[in-house]
This record gives sequence, C-alpha cells and structure tokens, in this order.
Amino acid sequence: MKESLEMQKADGEKLQAFPEQTRPGPVYTPAVDIFESDDRISVLADMPGVKAKDLKIDLRENVLTLSAQVSSPEAQGESSILREFETGTFFRQFTLSEVIDQAKIDTKLTDGVLRLELPKLEKAKPRQITVH
Amino acid sequence: MLLRRVWPSRPAFDNPFADFGQLRREMQRMFEAWDGVREPQAGVFPPMNVTQDNDNFYVRAEMPGIAAKDLSISAVRNRVSIAGKREIPPENEQVSYHRKERAQGEFNRIVTLPSELAADKVDARYSDGILTLTLPKAEEAKPRQITVKS
Repeated sequence: MKESLEMQKADGEKLQAFPEQTRPGPVYTPAVDIFESDDRISVLADMPGVKAKDLKIDLRENVLTLSAQVSSPEAQGESSILREFETGTFFRQFTLSEVIDQAKIDTKLTDGVLRLELPKLEKAKPRQITVH
Repeated sequence: MLLRRVWPSRPAFDNPFADFGQLRREMQRMFEAWDGVREPQAGVFPPMNVTQDNDNFYVRAEMPGIAAKDLSISAVRNRVSIAGKREIPPENEQVSYHRKERAQGEFNRIVTLPSELAADKVDARYSDGILTLTLPKAEEAKPRQITVKS
C-alpha cells in the first residue's frame, strides 16, 4: 500500500512538469467540474471560443489530457480599446483512478462547455487460460 | 482565460495620458505572454474585449454555457449593457464531486464606449461560448475623409 502511494506521488510529480509547447502564446487552465457516479466519471470544462475541430482529448495510461487551440476572432483592422481576456491554448491534465472503457467515451461541446462522460470499465473478468 | 484586472472598466478617453495607459497594457500583455501557464483568477465577469474599426465597435465577452434567452443586452447613446445569468443544471442522479470550479450566478456589466452608437443597428451573436456585439458608430461619430483642395 505504502509503495503504491509513493508510486502515485512520483507519478504526480512527473505530471507537474509542463510539456514543452510547440506553439507560442499563453496557456490557460480551464475551470472544470468533475463528478463521479457508480458507473462513470463526468468532466465538465469551460472552454470559451473552442470549436470542436480544435479540441484534443487524449486518454492514455490513466492520464486524461484536454487541450484546445483558440484563434483570435478579431479582424485585421481592429484596434483594441479594452482588453480583459486573451486567446491562446487551453490545457489541463488529470490522473484517473478508475479504469475507463475507452470505446464508450462520450464527448459533447456546446457553447464553449465540454462535457466528457467516461464510463468505468466493468471489473476485469478473470480469463481462462488453457494449456495446450 | 481571465486576466488580472489592472485598469478601470471605463477606459479614460478624455484623458491626455490615455495612450500611455494603452502602452502600459500592451507591455503588460507582452510580459504576460512569457509567463507560460496562467491559473484562473477571480475578477470581472464576463471578461470583455472591446475593439473598434472605422465603422463599428466590437464587444466580445467570454461567457461559456449561457442560454441566449438568459441574456439581456441593451444599448443607449454610447453605453451598452450586458446582463444575464448563468445556470449550471444540477445532475439528476447521485454524484459525488471531485472538483467544482465552474461558477454560476447573475451578472450585469455596462461598458461606455468612446462615441455614440447607432443603437438600432446593433448585432449580437453567441457562438462557442463567446458573445460578439457589433455596434455601428453613429453617423456623426464616424471619421470623415477630407480632401484638400489645391
């Protein structure tokens, strides 16, 4: 038990390191709600300005990565008067404790809110191994 | 994508030093771009960008997950007000939250623009969580090209 905790911690520290960016510009952390029910984990993330084609969701080795590139909606000839937000990249990673059924992941992006349904995998069934 | 707010919500158009303010903002943006990751910070809601070209002002506000029917926008003279509410519908089934960061509630913001508007021609669009208002300048406020006669 202790060992597994330490491993998790080591893993967490590794995840803290931010992956190197290939595109210039600021990176933003989207606000999220995460909740769990018996059969699934749901993630809701506020990502204003994100279009479905710019959204990347990646799940591997229990690490869920959300990233999206937002391009500026402003036209060339516009000059700025007041500026309170910038466009850039949304990026956030989570470590999931449950095993997720990758085939049944459901995503919806409406009005800048991403909803991600991650169904839990049914308990791994014991496999019969026959010796020939 | 909220930035720390360091300038008042009403930009000072009649201030002779307004251009310095603009310069300062641009500098700050430049420095912030180097910082890399930014954490969400408390501040105004909704965060807005206001720009202009020769004919129009453009107000863009980040407000994800808002139903168009919950928005009320009005323009009078040189002011535009955006009011509304954001509701996050409760989950039907029994769920346990791990994180709850998304905020909800009512909001109301008024922006004063540098010149009069043609209030009857204002156009509002909401897509991908961003509200875009196109506010045509009043005819008398538009810059005019003056030809010099020789």
